[in-house]
Amino acid sequence: MSEEEQEMITKVEAPVYLKYNFTAGSAPTRFLAQIKKGVLAGQRCPKCLAVYIPTRGSCGRCGVPTVEEVELSDKATVQSFTIVSIPIPNNPIEPPFIIANVVPDGANVSFIHLMSECVNEEVHIGQRVQAVWKPEDEWGYSMDNIRYFKPLDEPDVPIELIGKLTVTGEEG
Amino acid sequence: MKEIAIVGYQQSDSRSDAGAVNEVEMIMPVLERTFAQVGINNAQDVDFVCSGSCDYMQGAAFAFVAGVDALGAVPPIKESHVEMDAAWALYESMLKIRMGHADSALIYGFGKSSPGELPIVLSQQLDPYYLAPLWVDTISLAAMQARMMLDQGLITERDMAEVVSRSRRNAMNNPHAQLSGDMSADDVLAQETYVSPLRKGDCCPVSDGASAVVIATVEKAKEWGVPYALISGISHAIETHNMGMRDITDSVSTRIAAERAGMKAGKVDVAQLYAPFSHQEIILTRALGLGDETSINPSGGVLAGNLMMASGLSNIGEVFNRIISGEAERGIAHATSGPCLQHNLVTVLEKAEKA
Ligand SMILES: [Zn+2]
Repeated sequence: MSEEEQEMITKVEAPVYLKYNFTAGSAPTRFLAQIKKGVLAGQRCPKCLAVYIPTRGSCGRCGVPTVEEVELSDKATVQSFTIVSIPIPNNPIEPPFIIANVVPDGANVSFIHLMSECVNEEVHIGQRVQAVWKPEDEWGYSMDNIRYFKPLDEPDVPIELIGKLTVTGEEG
Repeated sequence: MKEIAIVGYQQSDSRSDAGAVNEVEMIMPVLERTFAQVGINNAQDVDFVCSGSCDYMQGAAFAFVAGVDALGAVPPIKESHVEMDAAWALYESMLKIRMGHADSALIYGFGKSSPGELPIVLSQQLDPYYLAPLWVDTISLAAMQARMMLDQGLITERDMAEVVSRSRRNAMNNPHAQLSGDMSADDVLAQETYVSPLRKGDCCPVSDGASAVVIATVEKAKEWGVPYALISGISHAIETHNMGMRDITDSVSTRIAAERAGMKAGKVDVAQLYAPFSHQEIILTRALGLGDETSINPSGGVLAGNLMMASGLSNIGEVFNRIISGEAERGIAHATSGPCLQHNLVTVLEKAEKA
C-alpha cells in the first residue's frame, strides 16, 4: 500500500486504570471524624493563630503543623459567590445554582459550598448564612452532611471584617 | 563561577506504609529538622525552593502543590517543582545559583508509593503507543535485563546475592532504613524466585518517605557557619525510551554523566548508586569503573528503602554526611529515572578546603 492510501491514525485507545488506597491525612481525618458528628472543627496555627477549615495539617502561611482543634459555628459569611447557569457534566444539581465561598464564624479562611433557599439575584458578599444539615442518620465522613447554606436574617458583615468574626459572630 | 556547597541533609524513616499521613504531614518534620540543622527558620530564609515528586505515586492530582504548605510560603517565595527525583530539583537549583538568581536553595523530595501498585503505576511512564498499553511493570523489565546479563555470562546469581547481602548489612548502620540485617549471600540465594531470575531480595521495597537538602554558595555557607561539602560537578544524560535500541546490560548514560561531572579527576572514596535491583548496581559500578577503593552504598542504598522521587536526593545527602564526618574526602552520588536505568544523574562532592 502506498503512503497516500494509508488511513490517517487519529486515535489510539489505551485506557488507564490505576487503583489506590487513598488516605486523607491525619489532620483531615480528625476533621472528617468531627463532621460525622455534625461539628465543624477548625485547627489553629500556633504561630499566626489563623484558624483553618477544612484542615490539611499545616498552616500554609507559616509552614508549621496545626494541632489545636477549634469548634466553629455553622453560621457563616459569604466571602464570594457565583451563579452557575450552565449544566456541568456529571453534576446532578440543576442550574441555575449558587456556589459560594463561606467563612464560618471563628475561622479565618473560607470553604466552598452551595447556597439555596435564596433569591439568586439577591445573594451578595457579606451576607450572613447558616448551614442546613441533612437528617442526623444520614451523616457520613463528608462535607455533604451539609446540604447547603441558606440566608440568615442578620445584618451584613462589612468586607474588612469577613473572616475575622469570633465563633459567637462578634468582631474578633 | 561561584562554588556551591551542601550545608544540610535530612531524611525521614523509609516505611512500607506511612499510613494516614498525607504529603504535607510527611514533609513537615523533615523540613523542620533540615532548617534546624542549617540554623534557619523556614523557606523564607533561602532564595529558592525546588521539589521533586510524582502525583502518580499517591494517585492524587496536584499532590505536589500540597508540599508548598510545609514551607511557610507567606510572603510569597520563589518556588519550582520537577516531576522527577528531587536530585534533578537540586540540579535546577544549582543552575539558579550559577545564573546568579539565588545564593541558597532548599530542595526536597517526597514519595508515598504505598497507596498504589508501584510497579504497575510505573508502567505508565513507558512510551504511550507501544509499551504503556501492555502494562509492562518495572520488575518484569528489570528481570529481563538481569536475564540478559546472566545469559551473557556478565554476572552470576551469586554476584547479585552479594549485592543484596552487603546492602542489608550496611543498612544496619542506617537508622532510616526499611530493610536491614545480617543476611548472607547464601540466605538470599535460598529465597525462592519472585519474577525470574529475580528474588524478592534483588528488588527494592516499596517505601513512603521524604528527604531534604539545603545548598548555598560557599560564601553563604561560611556566613551560616555550618559544616559543608562542595559540589564540584553535576551532569545527567538520558537514553532512548525504545528499550530495543539500548544495550541494557550497560549504562552508557551514567558513564557520560560521570565523565562530564568530572568524576575521574580524583579518587572516589564513596559512591551512593541508585540501583533499585541488585544487578543494576553491578551495571553502574562497571559503567563508572569503580574499584575496591570505593565504598559502595554505605547507607544500604535503595535496596534497603526506596523513596521514589527522594532517594536520588538522599544519595547526595548520604555522601555529604560522610564527607563532613571525615569518613570520606570525595564521593559521587547517582540518581536514576525510567525503566532499566534509562536516565542518570551523577553528582561529585568534595571536602571543602580549610578556610
Ligand atoms: Zn500560621
